[in-house]
Amino acid sequence: MGHSTGSSGHSELGHIVPLKVYRRVLAILLVLTVITVVIAQFDFGNLNLVVAMVVASVKAALVALFFMHLKYENPITWLYAAIPVFLLGLLLGGVFIDDPFRISPQDAVVADGPAEKMGEHHEAHH
Amino acid sequence: MSHGEHASVLDDPQGPPHVHHMDPPTAYHAAKFGMWLFLATELLLFGVMFAAFAIFRWKYFEEFHKASKHLNWMLGAANTAVLLTSSYFAAMAVDHAQHGRNKKVLSSLLITIGCAVGFLVIKTIEYSEKYHHGYFPGGENFHEYKTFLPLYFCMTGIHALHVIIGMVLLGWVASLAAKNRFSERYYTPVEVGALYWHLVDLIWIYLFPLLYLVG
Repeated sequence: MGHSTGSSGHSELGHIVPLKVYRRVLAILLVLTVITVVIAQFDFGNLNLVVAMVVASVKAALVALFFMHLKYENPITWLYAAIPVFLLGLLLGGVFIDDPFRISPQDAVVADGPAEKMGEHHEAHH
Repeated sequence: MSHGEHASVLDDPQGPPHVHHMDPPTAYHAAKFGMWLFLATELLLFGVMFAAFAIFRWKYFEEFHKASKHLNWMLGAANTAVLLTSSYFAAMAVDHAQHGRNKKVLSSLLITIGCAVGFLVIKTIEYSEKYHHGYFPGGENFHEYKTFLPLYFCMTGIHALHVIIGMVLLGWVASLAAKNRFSERYYTPVEVGALYWHLVDLIWIYLFPLLYLVG
């Protein structure tokens, strides 16, 4: 490989990652892509979305940790890498909590009063 | 970056350019941190689109389900492999730069840019397929999937714009490598350029299954 072991590790500048790490990460990323495609051929309902996003997140973590050298970065870089992920989590979390449970204006009109704004349960009572 | 009036006997073409009041390692870490900060805002730019996608997929699940069947997942998967490979070579370019191998920095970056061209060619094939079937904005069948298609073109379009910007950026870094500018002591543009490129890859890692597979 032409790498002396002494050249790996911390230098004054960035961390030098052994080449076999890059090769393994690429191999794993390609295998995970195949897995994503194969799983999508079966219908597991909403589980498909969950599995696809989990696999995508594993891939994204591999790219960030090794290709982008995040594994070897200082805490302040970790913090600034985590902040958008946290904000994105808040945004998506808010969407998931809010949207499925929101009563649309049409439903609200059907209900007799504020106490009975229960959607489907309203029908069941009558 | 370099200040003419601060040029001194310390200036040498293989060394880092002089930045006001900063020693080279500080300048390197500051530049890299600056790119991470920028990438954080990029993630949020795409994050808003992901949130919009989540809301409309929930509301119009049937439409999204049918529309995603119109996308060619094989082309999407091929593009995923192309981008992952391009990211690998961008990482290799950084490694070569860390060892002062300018020729190999140049060849690695040219492979990365070649992959980017491949990505755009495949994307163009997909877009022209949509155009011929009237699914392009303004096309006669666009209304069939009038929620999914704008999101699809918006997300893949802004991503493709990032691919083009990344190509220009890495092309500039490659031109510096061709002039033997990098050494063990100075390779900031290679590292920072590669960071940007990896983000382009990272976004696609989510776009591919969301748009092509789980509809």
